[in-house]
Amino acid sequence: MKGILKLAFKLLVTDKTKFTALVGGITFAVFLMVFVTSMLIGVLNHSSAMVTNVGAPVWVMDPAVKNLTSSIGMPDYVLDAVRSMEGVKYAVPLYSSGALVKLADGTYQPVTVIGLDDTSLLGRPESIEGKIEDIYATNGFIAVKDADFPKLGNVHIGSEFELNDHRAVIVGIAKVPLFSIFGVPTLYTTYNRAVQYVPNPRYTISYVLVQPKSESDIPRIKEQVKALGYLALTMPEFKGKVSTFYLFSTGMGINIGLMTLISIVIGIVVSGQTFYTFVLENLERYGALKAIGTTSRELIGMILFQAAFASLVGYGLGVGACTMVIGLAKLRMPSYAGMEMFTNLGAAFVMVLVIAATSSYIGIRTVLRIEPFDIFRG
Amino acid sequence: MPVTAIKASGLVKWFGEGDAKTTALKEVSLEAYLGEMLYIVGPSGSGKTTLLSVLSGILRPNAGSVLVEGADIWGLSADRLAEFRLNKIGFVFQDYHLFPRLTTAENVAIPLILRRKRWDEAVSEAVKYLDIVGLKRRAELLPVKLSGGEQQRVVIARAIVSQPDILIMDEPTASLDGDTGRDIVGFVRRSILNEKRCVVFVTHDDRIYEFADRTLEMEDGRLSGMEKGGADIEKGDI
Repeated sequence: MKGILKLAFKLLVTDKTKFTALVGGITFAVFLMVFVTSMLIGVLNHSSAMVTNVGAPVWVMDPAVKNLTSSIGMPDYVLDAVRSMEGVKYAVPLYSSGALVKLADGTYQPVTVIGLDDTSLLGRPESIEGKIEDIYATNGFIAVKDADFPKLGNVHIGSEFELNDHRAVIVGIAKVPLFSIFGVPTLYTTYNRAVQYVPNPRYTISYVLVQPKSESDIPRIKEQVKALGYLALTMPEFKGKVSTFYLFSTGMGINIGLMTLISIVIGIVVSGQTFYTFVLENLERYGALKAIGTTSRELIGMILFQAAFASLVGYGLGVGACTMVIGLAKLRMPSYAGMEMFTNLGAAFVMVLVIAATSSYIGIRTVLRIEPFDIFRG
Repeated sequence: MPVTAIKASGLVKWFGEGDAKTTALKEVSLEAYLGEMLYIVGPSGSGKTTLLSVLSGILRPNAGSVLVEGADIWGLSADRLAEFRLNKIGFVFQDYHLFPRLTTAENVAIPLILRRKRWDEAVSEAVKYLDIVGLKRRAELLPVKLSGGEQQRVVIARAIVSQPDILIMDEPTASLDGDTGRDIVGFVRRSILNEKRCVVFVTHDDRIYEFADRTLEMEDGRLSGMEKGGADIEKGDI
């Protein structure tokens, strides 16, 4: 069979024009699909950046919360009630809200203010300049050095700005594992200062962060929170809820889905058509092989091998090109969200298998139909 | 006593159904012997190519049998039939059907590759056969670089590389000029035909009739019964 596969390989690659068109079509389709889904995955992942950065295992919130930018304040008794629940090791409040700061040059800049529990500072970022304890200093805020950091101007420790007519001072600069996609800088401060500085409705606790005594306590905590009229979600569940919102409640999912579908259709049409033309042009030779004594099984093997080889080469080139483009984009734009994961690489691989199967099916049908007798007749 | 290579009895083959039904073979029976060059001649549409296809195991007849080495080839399964063609039959097609992007040697090596021979071994074996047909120096060229006569020689080399007992040649001189055609057939007679091989040759090229041991004439799907021939040209020993 090795020699027959080599024959199939030679027939395929020596027809450089067809082979290039075939591989090019698959490469383009794979590139498009991986690129678009990488963007989707990146955006969805970064849309719940605060959940990842704060890192609490269980989040308690109002059941109407759909995403991180629309938190609904909860009364203080919720925090007390959660703290007294069975299975809870400890629970702390978290404040999160948008605000407008007046920079030193007089311009206004929207920001996200995150207020950490004053006692524990649970969910604090990693300090890169200054000390995290300085957050307790008068008017102290810590700025996150991410892609939106420059929007605060030439910020350094000691920089001042106004927040709702309150003086605020940068006491530290920190980094977080995942930056946000909302395009505004992030400021950390204590919970109590946040609720004092930012204009607020009646209830101020955005989320209650819960540390369960053990993993097995989580279902019980969820039930108790539900009985209270609120919702408790684990970190992955909360991220999933946020992703679901962006995927299905905005145009993002349908648009990305359409792009993915288009890439699959392009891949199948271009590759299927090219492979079909390739098979048609070689039909007489396949017929001659059949006359000489090649079995149908061997011919099917040859065509499957050709389709699989072209598809895998196209897959490798497509993924390689996409990785390179995403890598270059990240070099130029640190906030670029696109990220490749096994999920979308796997999905692209499945798409390539579909392309290979469709192309092979068309080729096999055509080749099996040819009668060696037609070769004799000329 | 000549040894029978092919014995065909009562072959019937029709195409189409109803009003469109055309009978191409009507109770055709014949025997071909090892060591002979058997011509089947006749006008276009007389059923020559259909007969050749049935004899070589690529077109199933509606009735009749084809015995090779005592076994009816049309009783074999599709895979066994393919194996039979690969091992027992060498084909020379009218239109060559060479692979344009494989070298001459690789083209000749194809039957060996299909017989699971290693690629390199098959190609070097093929070069020996190209030497026999006088094209060793053309082994690395693509078929497009060869003349029509040379391409036909390559096809002959491909047909004999697996040492088949029966060589089936369908109008091999149809695309060649008179001298080249005669050269090719003369070469087959002198160098390819031997006592262990039978050559069945379909043609309506009367310039090469002289090379036949026997000639059967077909007309309207039947063998007319006329047998000519008795060529006096030496045979080869390949």
